[in-house]
Amino acid sequence: MRRNYILLLALLICLPWFSGEYYVNLASQILIAAIFAASLNLLVGYAGLTSLGHASYLGLSAYISAWLSLRMGLGHAVTAPAALLLTTLIGCGFGWIALRASGLGFLMLTLALSQIVWGLCYRWVGVTNGDNGLSGLTRPSPFGIDLGNSSAFYWFVLIITVAALYSIARFVNSPFGATLRGTRDQWRRMSSLGYNVWGIRWVTFVFSSFLGALAGLLYVYFNKYIHPSVMSVTVSAEALLAVIAGGSGTLAGPVVGAALVMLLKNYASAYVERWNMLMGIVFVFIVIVMPAGIVPGTLALLRRLRGGPR
Amino acid sequence: MQFWQIQALNSFALGGLLFLLSSGFALIFGLMRIANLTHGALFMLGAYVAVTAMRFEAGLAVAALCAALVVGVVGGLIERLILRRISGNAQGQVLATLGISFITADFCLIVWGGDTIPIQTPAMFQAPLHFMGLTFPTYRLVVIGIAVVVAIILYLLMERTRLGAMIRAGVDDMQMARAVGIRASALFTTVFCLGAFLAGLGGAVGGPIFSAYPGLDSDMLSLALIVVILGGIGSLIGTFVASFIIGFIYTFGTALLPDLAYVILFLPMVIVIAFRPTGLFGTIRT
Amino acid sequence: MTAAMTPALEVRGLCKSYGGIAVTQNVSLTVAPGERRLIIGPNGAGKTTLFGLIQGEIKPDAGTIRVLGHDVTRQPVPERARVGMARTYQIINLFTRDTLAHNVVLSLMGLMPLKRNAFTALAARTDLYDKAAALLASVGLSHRAQHRISEISYGEQRRVEIALALAQEPKLLLLDEPFAGLSQDERLIIKELIASIPSETAIVMIEHDMDIALDFAEQITVLHYGQLIVEGDRNKVVNDPMTREIYLGH
Repeated sequence: MRRNYILLLALLICLPWFSGEYYVNLASQILIAAIFAASLNLLVGYAGLTSLGHASYLGLSAYISAWLSLRMGLGHAVTAPAALLLTTLIGCGFGWIALRASGLGFLMLTLALSQIVWGLCYRWVGVTNGDNGLSGLTRPSPFGIDLGNSSAFYWFVLIITVAALYSIARFVNSPFGATLRGTRDQWRRMSSLGYNVWGIRWVTFVFSSFLGALAGLLYVYFNKYIHPSVMSVTVSAEALLAVIAGGSGTLAGPVVGAALVMLLKNYASAYVERWNMLMGIVFVFIVIVMPAGIVPGTLALLRRLRGGPR
Repeated sequence: MQFWQIQALNSFALGGLLFLLSSGFALIFGLMRIANLTHGALFMLGAYVAVTAMRFEAGLAVAALCAALVVGVVGGLIERLILRRISGNAQGQVLATLGISFITADFCLIVWGGDTIPIQTPAMFQAPLHFMGLTFPTYRLVVIGIAVVVAIILYLLMERTRLGAMIRAGVDDMQMARAVGIRASALFTTVFCLGAFLAGLGGAVGGPIFSAYPGLDSDMLSLALIVVILGGIGSLIGTFVASFIIGFIYTFGTALLPDLAYVILFLPMVIVIAFRPTGLFGTIRT
Repeated sequence: MTAAMTPALEVRGLCKSYGGIAVTQNVSLTVAPGERRLIIGPNGAGKTTLFGLIQGEIKPDAGTIRVLGHDVTRQPVPERARVGMARTYQIINLFTRDTLAHNVVLSLMGLMPLKRNAFTALAARTDLYDKAAALLASVGLSHRAQHRISEISYGEQRRVEIALALAQEPKLLLLDEPFAGLSQDERLIIKELIASIPSETAIVMIEHDMDIALDFAEQITVLHYGQLIVEGDRNKVVNDPMTREIYLGH
């Protein structure tokens, strides 16, 4: 298994040498979407808390970094940590509110909170430039390396993706990760065993919003432009679709799911302009036909077709 | 003086429309434990159906009735064809309603295009009403009247009719309701139709105020969510009170601090959730 | 009062009502360290509510609860585990997707600072899994340690319930109908298992079936409609006319 991962990583590192710029950029977008989906999966898959407001963290971090650099004239060395920190702090507050409930209440609260942030970005023209978005942004140059080049940027994203996924893997396999899954499966029991269920969920929420903010930073670096639509429920739903399609509560699932969603979005929008409708149909289809996710669902289907044991 | 009075009236009118929207959401949630995220899209669909009906020379009243009926039927189909297949899977149902809301919104974009379509205020309500030296926009008063009438009808329906008794029994304890012979299947479809009907009615009646535009669904869904969270998920009285609270906060927020209207919406919700996680009148803690 | 004399559980004037119906009415009881206490009563007597109150899942309207000398009346559930209380559930409440060993490890970690560690691999902590294996052996399930909960029988799950509680070496153990739904053979296994619990651990057991539970108890409390009716040793309670009327004679 480990050898396969190393092989895959080597392949990914080599990608810019054998593919065109278009695909390198697409790969960068997929990796960013993968970090974002994997961060959401901490909540959806490991904590059992379905959030429909994850786009808030992506968008807030992107906006904060953009605003600090455009309006305050600050360099990336300041804007990046500030965006991560402030967004994570907002995540602390939003987590505190949303975790007053669980189940559908949690879902509705996260959605309501993210809709408020989204509405704020549209309306607060003085800060966000409203529907025009913020443009004229730059990519950072860590250690003097220019990330304006698409290959360099891709490698930069790849390094951060590997680091993010590795930290998620460490997190879920740690004792804390085991207790998190415990609260998902039997929260009453966990409470009576001496665990602070609320605290476990909240820490996870905060970690998840931090990683969402990281994805937001990469997102704004990639696009060099930010628009309020990045906060919309559509973006939260895309990430949720990636998690559920790939298989929630697994490490690789959301990454595969994010790749599927991004490829589908990319190819579909080349032929039809109906991405929202397509995504809606995919949602309904998955929920009805493959509630366990496309990847596990397809594997199960194949196994059944081969006639092997389940 | 005129500013406050007009804004107050606008607040009541928005509150009334929010009630039309949120009461259906609350009914569906209370009975079926489905957070129907299609509700904003159904509201928008109602506005667009009214647009089309009025192109065929229908008056707003007829158009609103058409919109409510069409949207009600759409709601029934959603329940019968999709949600029913995944009953018991609460998360799946939410995701399905989310998917359907995307489909509906995109459908509206295809059929009615991306531009804002204004809906004419009926001629008879265009002239403002003068009363005790004050001027009132008449149509706002009509909207408030419709919302109050709907609230009374809903109240009577819930308290005085057989259907209402069945719904109340189902909200309290669905298993018990089934045990005493209530057909949950028919009841669910009825309530879903009713909820969608009210959303469609709201979209059409709100047309002269909001117009019909892409994104109306998202705007309304946010407000409806805040209303039901504030009022208590599943409580009709809570929904009624919260609709007007949010109507006031949003209207005055937009008028006084247009940039930050959304932040002001956020505050009452946070305060209520902090002290009463079930909402103002709610009993369900999800 | 010396530490040894501090009661394992001391409940004073506990009240709880739902919508005007009093399910616990002014209940007071004291359980000495290492005592075996049986709480019986017909359905609806308020036994499970009393457990919920002691454990903290239900908030009382009035009264105080002290566990091993600590006033836990206003303390949240996990805090009560930290002072030395553990419980089992009448309706089995285990991590069904995980192995028996992992279930026990989760219980062991509940009182360890390790549970906050989000960086190192849990699987590397073989010492914990060894300890879990030893605990499973003590309930006769070492051969099942690597099975998932969903793969073992109901009777075995009942034993895991007890193993999870014992893993925390509680000073006060609440057993909520540990014999519920078991066959005669399985009951004997559980009965032996309970008898083998160290004598320092005070045990409070709710049981519906008096035949199996009477042997266990030194002290018996009879609840009826939320009220404490009779309390005392086995002979006193069994021979009390009130017990016969409300419980044995029905």
